[in-house]
Amino acid sequence: MKEPEIEDVKKLLKDALPATKDSELRHDLWPAMLQRLDQRTIRVPWWDWALLAGLAAALFFFPGIIPALLYQL
Amino acid sequence: MELLERFAAGDLDAFESLFRQHQGEVYRWIMRIVRNTGVAEDLTLETFWRMHRAHARFDPTKGNCGAWLRRIATNVAIDHLRQARHEVPLPDDLPATAQQPPAEQLALRSEISRAMDKLSPRVRAVVLMALVEEEPYECIAEALGISESAVKVRVFRGVRILRETLSRAGVHP
Repeated sequence: MKEPEIEDVKKLLKDALPATKDSELRHDLWPAMLQRLDQRTIRVPWWDWALLAGLAAALFFFPGIIPALLYQL
Repeated sequence: MELLERFAAGDLDAFESLFRQHQGEVYRWIMRIVRNTGVAEDLTLETFWRMHRAHARFDPTKGNCGAWLRRIATNVAIDHLRQARHEVPLPDDLPATAQQPPAEQLALRSEISRAMDKLSPRVRAVVLMALVEEEPYECIAEALGISESAVKVRVFRGVRILRETLSRAGVHP
């Protein structure tokens, strides 16, 4: 493809689509960023912790179940 | 400790400083690719979220935070184009150019939008940055993590597809 062909398409695009170089951010995004950071912090529900504690206790008091669990994996 | 080192160590105040320094630049870069103010704001947040998540991998001694952010922003914007393909037309919240009557310009925009949809997101991003925004090839190459010659190849490919699609629609560049 020749340079003039590229220039033709470039001219067409530029006529139809304004460049965005002058677009400025309309407001500070930091408050929204803080909100997103809070939302995306991984929160583990209390029942998950309870389940984990139960499993740890079972393994501690009944170590015989470990081979059975490993077999299931 | 320097700002980048504090950021790499997970300091939220350092992250806030970097955010405030770079948010405008990241927003403008994303706008060049997605051309929609609301989407660009959302993707700016996504860019900084990914940056924050990856703070431990950032090496402050090598660090050019601006270039790193631009790379993340480009990937985020291209991911968006990939997901939104066929859904998001070129938006109307940008000022119209005064060279053509509105109806004719709208029809042309519509044809161009359809032709742009034929491009893959990576080619589309390169075409917009190189031809509409007139970003230097070197700058585009750095943001995409590819060579300048690969950028040229994508521009050629994009222009060829656009010419073919527009010609079929009766628009002759």
